[in-house]
Amino acid sequence: MTTFHTILLLVAAFFAVFAQAALDGARHWLGAQLDLLPALMVYAALRTNLATMALLAMFGGLCFDTLSANPFGITMLPLFGVGFVLHVRRELILRDQVFAQFVLGLAAGAATPTLTLLLLLTGGYAPLAGWGSLWQIAVMGFGGGVLTPLVFAALALCDRALRYRPATQSSFRPDRDIRRGRF
Amino acid sequence: MLKRPHYVALSLVVLAALVVLNLPSGAASRFKLAFSTLFLPLFGLATTTQNAANHASDPLVPREELTRQNEQLRRENLKLQIAAAQTAETARENARLRKLLAWREQSPWKDKLRLARVVLREPANWWRSVQVDLGSRDGLRPNLPVLTPEGLVGRVASVSFDRSQVLLVGDPNCKVSALVENETRVHGVLGPAGPLESELAVLSFLPPATTLKPGQNIFTSGLGGIFPKGIPIGKVVDSRPVEYGLYVEARVKLAANLNALEEVWVLMP
Repeated sequence: MTTFHTILLLVAAFFAVFAQAALDGARHWLGAQLDLLPALMVYAALRTNLATMALLAMFGGLCFDTLSANPFGITMLPLFGVGFVLHVRRELILRDQVFAQFVLGLAAGAATPTLTLLLLLTGGYAPLAGWGSLWQIAVMGFGGGVLTPLVFAALALCDRALRYRPATQSSFRPDRDIRRGRF
Repeated sequence: MLKRPHYVALSLVVLAALVVLNLPSGAASRFKLAFSTLFLPLFGLATTTQNAANHASDPLVPREELTRQNEQLRRENLKLQIAAAQTAETARENARLRKLLAWREQSPWKDKLRLARVVLREPANWWRSVQVDLGSRDGLRPNLPVLTPEGLVGRVASVSFDRSQVLLVGDPNCKVSALVENETRVHGVLGPAGPLESELAVLSFLPPATTLKPGQNIFTSGLGGIFPKGIPIGKVVDSRPVEYGLYVEARVKLAANLNALEEVWVLMP
């Protein structure tokens, strides 16, 4: 866990939010836009520390709200809430299993929009909600499930490619050192 | 179990969220604007890529196809010239009659349009909005109507220096006073239809005795002071009495295809 790791996650969140706003294909086909931030939050909760997770929730949430009609700052809390629960229980989770990643992504992908909608309704805003929202949440959950193992794989690849390689063990062994005398 | 760092992180994030959410609207807009400047390089990149993709196929179009399109456009242009001449004559007559009757001219909106390109769409599923590439430097301000040649698109909600957010018809925060084109010319309020019905809107608060037929046209009524009268909105799909017959509600198929917006016109003041 390095500063580089944190920066990598924040940059990924930045591009993910922009891609969500720029690419609209999923909405036409499935009726809902997929969200990459919950998948990144699952990764952050299981692989990084609390500070990185909090930074991701704040930076990713603010980026999302900047490009959206959401009230500024409302996405931070659901994102952090989902990550926090996973982080607290992460010792009990088989985090390297693809199926576990899928299930966690599915839960996070469905919980984040549900919590955001509840927060908006509690705050007196009038978002577009109805029976169709259930379908949208289901699509976002399933999308989160599919995207989470991909996010794990992609970030692991980036990490391996860009991190300092661990020092390999030297073949020198002191017990085989031939000690020579003066002559 | 929760440890001290957990409580600290939780408190910090909740505190930050509460502070940001409780900012005065002006300060929140300025923060949003400042944050959106982070995306400026990506906007440029996206526009360049889109232009490159649009022009990439140009050399591949066969000459016969270009000739055919040219001929078709020439014919269309002739038709439009004739229609424009007829409209100009009607407008002159209209102006003359208004002068005779001393009737105040209604907002003449057709000459003050400014073309804008849609650069981003709403990332959340519970709002309907797009961002366009015109901002305060181009003279835009909140509440200006936005339309396409087919019909009404929405209104400008917030403006930054070089971009603006447009709320689309069907967003909960974009209500439009509308008029049905029939004998009674009843008024209603156009609002959202549902999360999955992006091509539809609901016209509410129509009088109980209203009888609507599918296919009847809906226009802006000019009430409310934002949208001038006469902008086409769509056609009636069906209608039903609601709230125990207190009023009638109609589903309206929007004239503009809001799912495939690329360029829109902003009606300048």
